Amino acid sequence: MSDVVEKTLSALPGLFDSQTGAAKITNRLKQLIKSITELTSKHEEENLMKQELCAMKEQVSSPNTSMRQMREVMVRAMYCEMLGYDASFTYIHAIKLAQQGGVLEKRVGYLAVSLFLSEGHELLLLLVNTVLKDLQSTNLIEACMALTVVAQVFPKDMIPAVLPLVEDKLSHPKEIIRRKAVLALYKFYLFAPNQVQHIHAKFRKALCDKDPGVMTASLHIYLQLIRESPDAYKDLTSSFVAILKQVVGGKLPMDFHYHNVPAPWLQIQLLRILSLLGREDQSTSELMYEVLDESLRRAEMNHNITYAILYECVKAVYTIHPKADLLEKAARCIGNFVLSPKINLKYLGLKALTYVVQHDAKLALQHQMTIIECLDHSDFTIKRETLELLFRITNAQNVTVIVEKMLDFLRGCSDEHTIIHLVGKVAELAEKFAPDNSWFIQTMSDVFSIGGDLLQQDVPNNFLRLLAEGSESKEEDDELRLYAVDSYLTVLKEDASQLPQHFLQVMSWVLGEYSHLQECVDQREVIRLLTKLLDQRSVSSETRVWILSALTKISEGQTDLILDLAESLSSSQDTVLRQQALELRHLSQDSQLHGWVLPRGAPWDSMEVDSSLSFLDGFVSEALAAGAAPYKPPHQRQEELSEERALNLEPYSFSLPVSFSSCSMTDRQSPTLLSVSSGLSGNSTELSQKESSSTLILEGVKRVWGKDGYLPQKETAATAPPVDEPSVAVHPSGQQEAAERKEPQPEPSTQNLDKQQLASSLFVGLGAQSSISLLGKSEAPPPRFRKKPRPHESSSSSGTSERSSDSSSRSSHSTTDSFLYGSLLEEEPATSISTPKSTTANGLGQSKHTEGDRRANTSQILGSDMVIVRPNTIQDKHPPSASSDLIALLPPELKDLPHSDVVSLTSDPSLSLASCRMFRDEALLLVIFICNSTETVIKDVAVQLTCEELETASLRGNVVDCLEGKSTSVCHYALLMDEPHTSVSFSGTVSYQTQPGHTNTLPFSGTLSTADFIRPLVVTTEEYGKLWLSLSHDVKQNLKLLTDAGGDPLRTTLDALKDALQLHVVDIIGSEGIVACRLLSGAPCLLHCRVNGAALAMWLRSPHPALPDCILYHCQRALAEH
Amino acid sequence: MRGHDSNDLGKGRCIVHVTGLLTSAFTAISHKAHAQGIECNINFKMQFMLLFSRQGKLRLQKWYVPLSDTQKKKISREVIQMVLARKPKMCSFLEWRDLKIVYKRYASLYFCCAVEDQENELITLEIIHRYVELLDKYFGSVCELDIIFNFEKAYYILDEFILGGEAQETSKKNVLKAIEQADMLQEEAETPRSVLEEIGLT
Repeated sequence: MSDVVEKTLSALPGLFDSQTGAAKITNRLKQLIKSITELTSKHEEENLMKQELCAMKEQVSSPNTSMRQMREVMVRAMYCEMLGYDASFTYIHAIKLAQQGGVLEKRVGYLAVSLFLSEGHELLLLLVNTVLKDLQSTNLIEACMALTVVAQVFPKDMIPAVLPLVEDKLSHPKEIIRRKAVLALYKFYLFAPNQVQHIHAKFRKALCDKDPGVMTASLHIYLQLIRESPDAYKDLTSSFVAILKQVVGGKLPMDFHYHNVPAPWLQIQLLRILSLLGREDQSTSELMYEVLDESLRRAEMNHNITYAILYECVKAVYTIHPKADLLEKAARCIGNFVLSPKINLKYLGLKALTYVVQHDAKLALQHQMTIIECLDHSDFTIKRETLELLFRITNAQNVTVIVEKMLDFLRGCSDEHTIIHLVGKVAELAEKFAPDNSWFIQTMSDVFSIGGDLLQQDVPNNFLRLLAEGSESKEEDDELRLYAVDSYLTVLKEDASQLPQHFLQVMSWVLGEYSHLQECVDQREVIRLLTKLLDQRSVSSETRVWILSALTKISEGQTDLILDLAESLSSSQDTVLRQQALELRHLSQDSQLHGWVLPRGAPWDSMEVDSSLSFLDGFVSEALAAGAAPYKPPHQRQEELSEERALNLEPYSFSLPVSFSSCSMTDRQSPTLLSVSSGLSGNSTELSQKESSSTLILEGVKRVWGKDGYLPQKETAATAPPVDEPSVAVHPSGQQEAAERKEPQPEPSTQNLDKQQLASSLFVGLGAQSSISLLGKSEAPPPRFRKKPRPHESSSSSGTSERSSDSSSRSSHSTTDSFLYGSLLEEEPATSISTPKSTTANGLGQSKHTEGDRRANTSQILGSDMVIVRPNTIQDKHPPSASSDLIALLPPELKDLPHSDVVSLTSDPSLSLASCRMFRDEALLLVIFICNSTETVIKDVAVQLTCEELETASLRGNVVDCLEGKSTSVCHYALLMDEPHTSVSFSGTVSYQTQPGHTNTLPFSGTLSTADFIRPLVVTTEEYGKLWLSLSHDVKQNLKLLTDAGGDPLRTTLDALKDALQLHVVDIIGSEGIVACRLLSGAPCLLHCRVNGAALAMWLRSPHPALPDCILYHCQRALAEH
Repeated sequence: MRGHDSNDLGKGRCIVHVTGLLTSAFTAISHKAHAQGIECNINFKMQFMLLFSRQGKLRLQKWYVPLSDTQKKKISREVIQMVLARKPKMCSFLEWRDLKIVYKRYASLYFCCAVEDQENELITLEIIHRYVELLDKYFGSVCELDIIFNFEKAYYILDEFILGGEAQETSKKNVLKAIEQADMLQEEAETPRSVLEEIGLT
């Protein structure tokens, strides 16, 4: 018992006395409550309540009970119900009380009704008249009570009866009545939207109500309306903005303030509405930038409520059409959340981050360490939200780590709902990003065994479909299948009794379909394992059917093993099982038929299914002629049934078909209803029918039974769109580097460093794909898995199909512009080049040439006009042999610049290409040497370079009319980097003519690192200090300290960094060093390094959000390589 | 391009495994039915509010979604157990089924709301706080006993503050004014009648 209650029981008499009037009436209740608190066991309580309920029952049924006593009984009944005892006999009396009592009784009666009866309770019909009467009452309180109950529980069918009255209340002089009427209408709108359609104009009036309470209430309706059709309410945007402006500006009366924040609930409601309106609509969004900015600025107080508003603001900013400075401010806000010591704020910060990383994955990078901490948090809720966040930032490089984390969490989790939810996500990630077959199969096995039988059906279905449909390359598919067969055989050889049914089903299907691929395993062994499963008690009859159909597929030639089994099961109680067993027996005896029905390894897509069952038409027409009733779909039958059975209380306007079973049955495209078994198992009904009766007319059967026999049920899989991303085995080069980065670093095993390592493996790849932020929408990562796009799947794969159409537009780009090429040649250097730049040959050659440069191959339109061209070609008669010779060919003004080694790009029998990077202050010069390796003249040599992430120079002048034998021509590009990327790839082609009219192309590609674009920033210590304070984006991380050289570790490390990255070491003071650099002549980045034990604590700041991450990445690499 | 795809699919999909088909149709139905239990509107509104003591005794319950009595009992038992199992330093939010439970402890009493997953948890927390403020103002430094013995009053206040799962009136003054008006009526109605009754009794 509650000790607080006990302690204060002695004070009770005093409490009663102080409550005059009501005290006497509720005396009985107080006694009840008191005696209940005094009881010590549940059993005693039950006895007491039994008595109490009996007494109440007597009291309510006695005709002498006065209204007043009834009121008291009702309160007691509420109490009993709250304790969990059934007092349903009082319900009718509650309605009576509301109907017949005075105001006082009504109040209790209505309250009891709203607590006891939920929507749809039949007794509510009895309330309608009372409500009607009270709505018309002149007594304010009565009207209020009636509206309150209408807004809570009211029979849907009776809405039309009260609607006019409620509508009238919208112009009632009292604001409380208007407000309640608005909420009642909101309720009506939710339940029967078409009934309140005619009063939309009145909603607008409510929005303009002079009372802020009424206006706030009307926003509930608008939020709902706008959520359903944002376009219809764009005209209201400026009104909402105006309201929000006034609220934020503190124009509302003080009573609406909550902890000194003006009407926070109203603000939040408005922010939600605005974000819905501004979504994907630039002009509408522009209307609200100012007020959003204001809201972000005003909410500075450190109280929960301001954070609640900020959270909505951030969400709004990231939902509407993006604006750079707002995004930046919002991102900073998220920092406040995530870094807050208050756990509730941290949670909300994670949630906000989860939302915004969909738009800008890099934001997660800034909070790596916090995220890692939260991953190990003792609070389940925090952990779970962190996993949600990780799920959003998963890419091909960090998938193994993230999935591992999720599975770890799942193993320790017992909540059903969480398991179902997360397991689905793991499966999704595994399909999307699996790095290799073994990992994929292993992960899916984990998914099946952890998810158990809670798993949603579509997870195994999707998995099987993936195996079945396969990809372009048969070898790859077979490899995957083979791997699955192997691993399942291993699983089955151990004790399989604990395995979930879904897993068993998947395994038996895979073994049935593909065990023949594994030549070194005896089919008899497979049959033995499957048969063993059948004997297990824990296996459900549904699974048995799966196993049996698998056995049917592989039974060929193994009659001796099968027959007994088929015999014993053909007397099974389960009809489906029995049928299967009969089929099995039949087929195993007739190998010819078996071969027909279940041809092994038949192509998956050669199959058509007559889903309209038109082959049954003859049969149907015959049956109809014989007097059978025509077929009615189930929903029609059900409707008719319900019409017969009961009065239709529904207004005519909305009678909806009831059954969804029929929809899902007929919708053959539903991905969840995938055919999971092939061959005979499915249409077996037809098969046996055919065998048993000759009445079945098979005319019109289209290829279900073909000349070649029964065709297996394989889906005419969506012929993969021609633009299907090639199945990728090669990492894009940048990613490869990133992946390498996590391996080295044999750190001393302090805990912190473990986290560092985890961080680098979790967040790898986020910085690289970063052409994102300001445009708001992140570029979808390239699909990693071999799967074909599934346009029919809902949310999870819509990205995939988008991507494929995206890439189709890309490839169509690259085929269109070969003629543009010529016209570009005449273009002036300073004009913007807005055409994709790759020739047909380029596109083709490249897809063959490098997977890694896929991105560069996309020939995206460069929106910039920052093109700088240095046409500069020199010809030299002597073929250079070494790189120094090549350098010597440089124009004199470039010769003194620092440069990298000359690397060979590509070559063919006629030409060889080499490149060299030259570091100029304001740009990177990419010099390309074109050497003619033949003795003959090569004509019309033209170089074309594409790089998506960089601003490049273009083509003009990179054309050499005539390159003589054994000579070299030099051209160079000035490249600028505005948005930092850890590495960027470039690609291009050289076209040339060896004979007139015969153009050859030679593709080339390469990678540039951010380090190439970093220049030392020379500042004094004071300037550094000033600059440091003015910079906003910072990143902190511990790096390896180089100690091998024997000297001062800090200096050694900084020197190493300086060598690798062209940094400027400003000063070294004791154990701290300050270093500065900039991105070409653009954004500076300041580094502050401090020796911290065996590590170097690095703190980077820059005005550019992504630059610190990039530089940090290169520092890590430089130190790892050292 | 896309149109082409869907044509292909339309032709190709088929359902073969009779049992598989039936079971998945059934699971679809039962899943849907299960989902309907609690999630009938795609809406931010509150699903239910529970007040319970540290011992797990329910002190107040308000349901904004229609549920059967057995469901209500099951849910409140589950939620109370989960919330009581939380340690003091943990955050005030919990994921439960597809909802969020937001709770806060005031002295010996837990206030607990269930909201949609998409809802802003902090604002729900402040709704709870505002309700406590209202109770406090009405009862004059409220304690658990006030709510135990005057739970109907607590319901009245809640109904003035939240209606049908949405915040109705956020001005503290207005809510209390509405309650006071109704209470005043009660006192007026009360006095003459109780006198009469007493006369009748004697």
